[in-house]
Amino acid sequence: MTTRPATAPRDIAPDPGAGLAVENLRIALHGRELLRLTTRVTPGTVVTVMGPSGSGKSTLLAFVMGLTDPAFSVQGRVLLDGRNITGLPPQARRVGILFQDDLLFPHLSVGGNLAFALPRAIADRRERRTRIEEALSLADLAGFADRDPATLSGGQRARVALVRVLLSEPLALLLDEPFSKLDAGLRRQFREFVFARARDQGLPVLMVTHDREDAEAAGGPIITLGAPADWE
Amino acid sequence: MAPASEEAYSARRPLSLRLALRHPRILRHVPAITLLVMLGPTAAGVVGTLLPAFGYLPALGGYAVSLEPWRALFATPGLGSSVRLSVSAGFVTTFLSLALVALIVAASQGTRMFALVQRALSPLLSVPHAAAAFGLAFLIAPSGWIARALSPWATGWETPPDVVILNDPAGLAMMAGLIVKEVPFLLLMTMAALGQIDARRSRQVALSLGYGPVVGWLKGVFPRVYPQIRLPVYAVLAYSMSVVDVAIILAPTTPPPLAVLLVRWLNDPDLALRFQASAGAVLQLLLVAGAIGIWRLGEIVVARLGRRWIEGGSRGRRDRAARGLAGLLAGACFLSVALGLVGLVVWSFAGLWSYPDTLPDNWTLRTWMRQADSLLAPVITTVTVGVAATGIALLLGLGCLENEVRFGQRPTTKSLWLLYLPLITPQIGFLFGLQTFLTAIDVDRSWGAVVLAHLVFVLPYVFLALADPYRTWDRRYAITAQCLGAGPDRVFWTVRLPMLLIPVLTAAAIGFAVSVGQYLPTLLIGAGRFATVTTEAVALASGGDRRVIGVYALLQMALPFLGFALAVGLPALLFRRRKGMTHAP
Repeated sequence: MTTRPATAPRDIAPDPGAGLAVENLRIALHGRELLRLTTRVTPGTVVTVMGPSGSGKSTLLAFVMGLTDPAFSVQGRVLLDGRNITGLPPQARRVGILFQDDLLFPHLSVGGNLAFALPRAIADRRERRTRIEEALSLADLAGFADRDPATLSGGQRARVALVRVLLSEPLALLLDEPFSKLDAGLRRQFREFVFARARDQGLPVLMVTHDREDAEAAGGPIITLGAPADWE
Repeated sequence: MAPASEEAYSARRPLSLRLALRHPRILRHVPAITLLVMLGPTAAGVVGTLLPAFGYLPALGGYAVSLEPWRALFATPGLGSSVRLSVSAGFVTTFLSLALVALIVAASQGTRMFALVQRALSPLLSVPHAAAAFGLAFLIAPSGWIARALSPWATGWETPPDVVILNDPAGLAMMAGLIVKEVPFLLLMTMAALGQIDARRSRQVALSLGYGPVVGWLKGVFPRVYPQIRLPVYAVLAYSMSVVDVAIILAPTTPPPLAVLLVRWLNDPDLALRFQASAGAVLQLLLVAGAIGIWRLGEIVVARLGRRWIEGGSRGRRDRAARGLAGLLAGACFLSVALGLVGLVVWSFAGLWSYPDTLPDNWTLRTWMRQADSLLAPVITTVTVGVAATGIALLLGLGCLENEVRFGQRPTTKSLWLLYLPLITPQIGFLFGLQTFLTAIDVDRSWGAVVLAHLVFVLPYVFLALADPYRTWDRRYAITAQCLGAGPDRVFWTVRLPMLLIPVLTAAAIGFAVSVGQYLPTLLIGAGRFATVTTEAVALASGGDRRVIGVYALLQMALPFLGFALAVGLPALLFRRRKGMTHAP
């Protein structure tokens, strides 16, 4: 990861392997099949997954992250830019995630949260500091590095969370109902911010949501998972 | 760009794989080590008690298996009274403590009193049993504070009345001393259980159906709380039946409760008494096992009758008296410990204090100064043993919980039983055996052995205190950190541990307080070579010099208090600029 200039947008050239691919995924719980899925998310686009609770949305995300609950039986592969990452531990996958809560680490400053995400390959302290400052200005939060996250507004915290995940130089981004706790105005604003940043960086985005508006704003393909018949 | 990162990854993979493989190997063994540390001494101790009970103890020349120890035991005059005292103390203390806790929670849940009770808990819990017992003794003795406060204007007493309040033959004072300490313990366990069963809404449902708060709680919530606090209740039963330090201070002396009698024999220069002491320890084990069996039967009967009562539909709407009584009893419990402790402070600084004056005529530092030289050694021993036992317990406890998180193991009811086993087994039932065992492998009377003996009792409490916050901590923080590129070790050290610092330090403070309060393990395993503030304080009980007792009991209370102060102060200092950390996550 040292060889790649971190903030440079990625090629969106139609490399056949580029992006995030889920192949022949089959998830079952106690012998009952929850979902079967093959899909590809090309760089810079958003694929939305919708479906009722229990349809396996969260399990799908967990599978891509490498955190499948051992209670589920899972088959299939996940490829990132053509590389099979199925057997890798989460920290080696370079798949970032945003949840509906910002989950900023409360014991660290805003800058500390961002430094946590910044790869260690960037060793020079001044360089690290600069990268953090740059990232904060990009999110309209210049000069916030030393602030306590608990003193920020909801919208500011959400933006810090996004900046944090982007600083970790992910190759794909997962969104787990990331806008559902924000109020309407803020929600639209933040959603656009997230999609724009992901497009700029050429990130494939896999989003799980309950909200049709989110799905439409994403502008990409929508996959609807059905509820397993005997769950209803 | 992808190929470049691919390259970077293949360069990193061996390292991450190596880490992933190496660390789990150590970590994976932690639960086994923990079980060994906790159950090994218990098991070795029980065996080491059983063998001499049937005449086998080569070190003392016992080679032949015989029933002689039992014959000697049953020939002891007053044995029946000792047994009766132990059994009645166990049942009375446990029943009253549980009833009191149920009443207090039933009356206070959802009210301001509940928050008050919650706040009073930690300080009450941190007071060692012996210190609380001394405090109570100073309060209720014929020459104690209550009698002084009422004399001579109400009682007419110019000298302490000749009534037996302390060390009364029925053991009432001992039961009172136990109840004031067991109520906070069961309250804590009950409050932890309430969170798991959504008790607040159950109570609201009961109220909306027209039930009075107390009856509604007893009918709608208690039946679900009890299974969760069953093991702590058994621990209270076992403890009250076999307690030694509180009994030495408050129980009758001729004959004493069984456990005290056994300790006397063990400390007797006549080594032959150890055989019958071992038989007595086995008897104590059997008594506790039998009592738990009877209690279990009682549970079944109460559940039957209770179901009929619940389904009968009586609403108990007029329960103001019950609520008032609950507040009164909770207050009495708290006050008797708190005032008792103030009494200890006053005595330790008292100069001349004649009866029936409420306060001393003059105040002096003389007692403290006279004791200063002999205080240092016990304080150092108390602190070093406590810190070592707590540190090891913390390492093992965190290791076990981290093991659960990383390898997705789920805790089972069985593992909870194992955790409670050292707390349910009477100390006297295995500590002497453990001493015999340690002598056999030649590590008795060492500092390490004393730490090990403390660890057996510290570990369950530390683990219980850690487990809930650890398991309920929002796992998404860890997931987020992992997806930001942090491996499990980094997640542990830089995210989980700092975020859980408050509960971790609280668990440490609890562990330290448990260690400070240990009497029998220090006495028996240290073979008298290691004096702590607790062993010194209890040793002073028979002498009756209240000023010196005040000094030692005060230290006994001050050391755990210091631990709790650190547990509160340190995070407050470290995270003084992090508002999100002021409440435990």
